[in-house]
Amino acid sequence: MTDAVAAAAPTTRATDGRLTTADGKPLKAALARAQARNKRRAFFLVVPLLLFVVVTFLVPIGQMLSMSVNNSAFYSWKDRDTGDTIPLMVDLRGWFNENEPGTEPDEAAYAALAAGLAHARDIKAIGQIGTRINYEVSGTRSLFTGTSRKAERMEPPYKEAILDADEEWADPEIWAAMRSASKAFTLDFYLAALDRTRDADGNIVKVDEERAVYILLFQRTFVLSALITLMTLILGFPIAHLLATLPLRHSNLLMILVLLPFWTSLLVRTTSWIVLLQSQGVVNDLWVASGLIDDGNRLQMIYNRTGTIIAMTHILLPFMVLPLYSVMRPIDPSYVRAARSLGATSWTAFRRVYLPQTVPGIGAGGLLVFILAVGYYITPALVGGSSGQLISNLIAFHMQKSLNWSLAAALASLLLGAVLLLYWLYDRLVGIDNLKLG
Amino acid sequence: MNAPAAKPFVEFDRVQKSYDGETLVVKDLNLQMPKGEFLTMLGPSGSGKTTCLMMLAGFETATHGEIKLDGKPINNIPPHKRGIGMVFQNYALFPHMTVAENLAFPLDVRGEPKSDREARVRMALDMVQMGAFGARRPAQLSGGQRQRVALARALVFEPELVLMDEPLGALDKQLREHMQFEIKHLHERLGITVVYVTHDQTEALTMSDRVAVFNDGRIQQLAPPDELYERPQNSFVAGFIGENNRLEGTVEAIEADKAVVRLKSGEIIDATPVNVTQVGQDTLVSIRPERVEFKPEYFDPGAHTIEAEVLEFIYMGDSFRTRMRVAGHDDFVMKCRNMLGQQRLEPGRKLQISWHPQDARALDPM
Repeated sequence: MTDAVAAAAPTTRATDGRLTTADGKPLKAALARAQARNKRRAFFLVVPLLLFVVVTFLVPIGQMLSMSVNNSAFYSWKDRDTGDTIPLMVDLRGWFNENEPGTEPDEAAYAALAAGLAHARDIKAIGQIGTRINYEVSGTRSLFTGTSRKAERMEPPYKEAILDADEEWADPEIWAAMRSASKAFTLDFYLAALDRTRDADGNIVKVDEERAVYILLFQRTFVLSALITLMTLILGFPIAHLLATLPLRHSNLLMILVLLPFWTSLLVRTTSWIVLLQSQGVVNDLWVASGLIDDGNRLQMIYNRTGTIIAMTHILLPFMVLPLYSVMRPIDPSYVRAARSLGATSWTAFRRVYLPQTVPGIGAGGLLVFILAVGYYITPALVGGSSGQLISNLIAFHMQKSLNWSLAAALASLLLGAVLLLYWLYDRLVGIDNLKLG
Repeated sequence: MNAPAAKPFVEFDRVQKSYDGETLVVKDLNLQMPKGEFLTMLGPSGSGKTTCLMMLAGFETATHGEIKLDGKPINNIPPHKRGIGMVFQNYALFPHMTVAENLAFPLDVRGEPKSDREARVRMALDMVQMGAFGARRPAQLSGGQRQRVALARALVFEPELVLMDEPLGALDKQLREHMQFEIKHLHERLGITVVYVTHDQTEALTMSDRVAVFNDGRIQQLAPPDELYERPQNSFVAGFIGENNRLEGTVEAIEADKAVVRLKSGEIIDATPVNVTQVGQDTLVSIRPERVEFKPEYFDPGAHTIEAEVLEFIYMGDSFRTRMRVAGHDDFVMKCRNMLGQQRLEPGRKLQISWHPQDARALDPM
């Protein structure tokens, strides 16, 4: 009997207590070998996706992050023909290194500036330098190009010669700006993205009231996104519940209606809101016709914050409904029935038994809608007017109009950081493994 | 317990239920239950038993008729005011609460003070031997443990009436049998009234004071288990409860407690008339396998015998099943206890069998 059992056992215990296969090899190694082939094959299947993600997602994000600290405009010039990198303003950078921030620029500083300007003009890099300083002190681009024209012929004393060319060079703000631009990498774009700057002494200070826009826009973006998330939740919850409880043939039709926005172009949906909501639009016409408002007081519902909220709530609604539905579908009606039979009113049964079970769906839908809303661009650009613009519109502005890519990258990185922070918070509060998207 | 008491505790009065306005799921249901009774609604799926339970709990409304609880009509009382405990088939334990929170829920929504709540939760958990599991989540419990918690939750607020909707359906056989006795003992100890729905006839027979056999929206028979098994009132009940051999024939002669039936194949047998009243009626005679005899010394004197041919002998441990051909039917079964010296019949053997006329019941033809 004992022999039979021993022979039938597929594994035996080696002397050191580890399990081995019948012919004495370690069981773990045998298992790894048996599974290796399958693992290899599975890996090859995901290689295309892995490459795609690396090329289209990780690399751009890395580039964006490096761009946000890249400060090379004042530092080096890349020759388009030879491809060589030529350092700029070498002497002036040396002077900045030797002297404390806030030091009154002396003759040596001006000499270095003149030499640098002449050199930059010589290799056609002066425009780049002027643009860089212009980010921080507006209206200085022409100062650089203008003075550089004369720099070649300047004689010592350079301080007088340069101030002679343009008195503005005495402005300590410009010297502070050049100092901050004189390092290859800087966090100053992040300061700018948070409405901060450095004064002449190198201290971090708030920018002027009228130039401070970014914090306001970040605030507006997060408040509006939270509001839109809340609206999609309020509108989406009953629909999702209806979808989950209706018999299948009715719920299919309703599901198609919910998904309909996905099959329509985003642009078409947004512009149709313009048609509906503009002051001579359908909604206003109906209200005037029904006598709710008179013709002179047509409501402004588009090209402002209201327009952004309405259009984005509509567009993001399916992203709330679908996770909610997938969580609600498997909730057995007997839970609510049990609560009712135990003495709970229908409201108590909903609040204490049904609602807690939908939390993973609310969390997933909320996170999804909020993150999409925070980065939304087209809809606020089209219907937002000036009061409905979000931070992404400003990022686009710096990408396309002002060409301050580093600032755009800094703003985008802050946005990315905020979203990651949100993920982290969600994970701490609800638990990321509670997320249920479908 | 047999006859309903003077004042019924639960009463269905001519209740009908239709979901679509075209077919009746429950047809003219009349049922009276005295306080403290354990009544089982037994029937195949779709027979209307669960609908009846849901109407009693308040989750479905009766299309016609009245349901009374303790003499008061409850048709218009919402479920949470009926004070009826309920155990669901899937237990319906709230997954986001611990066991103790689940049990405290009915006390909490009734506004009981916290100190009382804890004591009663502990008592209810101890009652089902789950005292050590209060802090667990339902997902961390086994099926049997969940069943006990669900039971404790339905009992913790001391309802007088408890409904159970196939509560043991998801358990394995051994655990199910064990839980049957536990529920039965709880019922006896607490003196509660229980309405129990199941499609498992063994469960119904083991646990109930009375069993209502449902089919096609009607109660086919409402009787204590022994009466149901030994004296089924019609062919459906005879066929649904326990094993039974059916022989078709016509009534040849009839007396008060004895009928002579001529089978289609020509043989004559004795039976007790149940649903037949006159000579010439078609009938279906039902005989339980364990009441069939093949040893002449046990035959009832004067009873008719019938020839049988053994087709198959099956050894079942505690008993022997012998399948034979009787009156042209290949599925006639005889069951004998496995006792010392019991004879094993080999296939091919021909012999005479018989039974006591009381054990053969002449019912309505199907």
